[in-house]
Amino acid sequence: MKPPPFGYVRPRSLTEAAALLQSHGDGAQILAGGQSLLPTLSLRLSQPTLLIDINAVEDATPLEERDGTLRCGARVRHVELERSELTHRRAPLLAMAMPQVAHVAIRNRGTPCGSVALADPAAEIPACVIALRGDVVLQGSKVSRIVAAEDFFLGLYETARGAAEVISELRFPIAEPDDRFGFAEFTRRLGDFAIVGIAAAAHLEDRHVVDLRFVVFGCEARPKLSAVARELANGCACDAVPIERIAKAVASEIDPMSNAQGDARSKRLQTRALSARVLTHMFAGEAA
Amino acid sequence: MSTAEASDESLAVCVTVNSQLVTEHVLPRMTLVDFLRHRLGLTGTHVGCEHGVCGACHVRLDGRVVRSCLLLAVQAHGAIVETIEGLSASGEIADLQEVFVRRNAMQCGFCTPGMLMIAAELVSAGHALSREDIREALSGNYCRCTGYQAIVDAIEEVVRSRHGHVQ
Repeated sequence: MKPPPFGYVRPRSLTEAAALLQSHGDGAQILAGGQSLLPTLSLRLSQPTLLIDINAVEDATPLEERDGTLRCGARVRHVELERSELTHRRAPLLAMAMPQVAHVAIRNRGTPCGSVALADPAAEIPACVIALRGDVVLQGSKVSRIVAAEDFFLGLYETARGAAEVISELRFPIAEPDDRFGFAEFTRRLGDFAIVGIAAAAHLEDRHVVDLRFVVFGCEARPKLSAVARELANGCACDAVPIERIAKAVASEIDPMSNAQGDARSKRLQTRALSARVLTHMFAGEAA
Repeated sequence: MSTAEASDESLAVCVTVNSQLVTEHVLPRMTLVDFLRHRLGLTGTHVGCEHGVCGACHVRLDGRVVRSCLLLAVQAHGAIVETIEGLSASGEIADLQEVFVRRNAMQCGFCTPGMLMIAAELVSAGHALSREDIREALSGNYCRCTGYQAIVDAIEEVVRSRHGHVQ
């Protein structure tokens, strides 16, 4: 249970980190919070030749609001995002999700950018960034580029990040006053990875749903943006969203992996129950 | 840039541990918990699962509780680390310790240092806490003996005595 030998560098900038990835090739890995990476080292599931520690970079964006987006840079820890008043005001979905990301001591060290880079299918932040139409900013040694979160997650721990790119920022559009959000997950123990989870955002105009982004995670190899939820909800008055119908349709739409956490059938049932719960939170009480 | 591109190359770590500045040379692969125990002899920080699940290795790094098995010793360079020995010696957690003993909030005691570290962060938050909040905060710490009840009771009592009430 001890990490294998590896080299270690602590660059002063993200561009330098990207250049190191470029020059060292496959054996090099970025070390951000390390809360997922270190266990894989101790368990000898990964054996990098070089860790590039980005905790001392001086060019990382802080957590800040700029140009209509909430920006979360590479050195921002989960705990900062969880507790910031900016998160609560500007991205309420993240404020709902953050307390369910792992445990306190892990949130004190882990980073949202790192979570997105890892792309664990049961992680909360990838699902939220998709639901919120967020962007992932990737820094190479020379240029940076922006990828929409929806196009970023490609499969199980697979993303659109290039081998010599570092995630420098997540960008979340600022919530509109009429937006509604819902988040829930099913776990054996608070803070564990979700067996099934849902992150949802709805944009309303004149009390009608114009865009429901309903993301189911933990079931498939990557977070799934539900097409059927959008189709059934869009255009509905916000007090007439067909909650049960959508919940049932979402559960049929997913293709859950059977694993130690449960078989596909259980996960469908859990997804249906959880979907109804989230939609009720978002839209019920309208009739009153 | 701090560099040890070869894995058998040691790096200098200058770190303040329990108010004392120490400088040691370590290999990049050494975890912070092994550094504290084997290099500095601070064995109050326990090694349980060694992959971030059990919470027995909690220490404070720059004021926040972290898992010391999920940090490399080289990453503590320039940081302030406080271990259970430091918190105990300063008297910061004297009330927690007294109540843990009085309420029998431990059996074998293996998880207790990690529990006290997280409890200290929780009770110093400066606001009222429900039992549910306490259980949530402890969700990342394993105790295989007590069933947690007495630990929650103990922390609840300290919250009440420090802040006057529990929600």
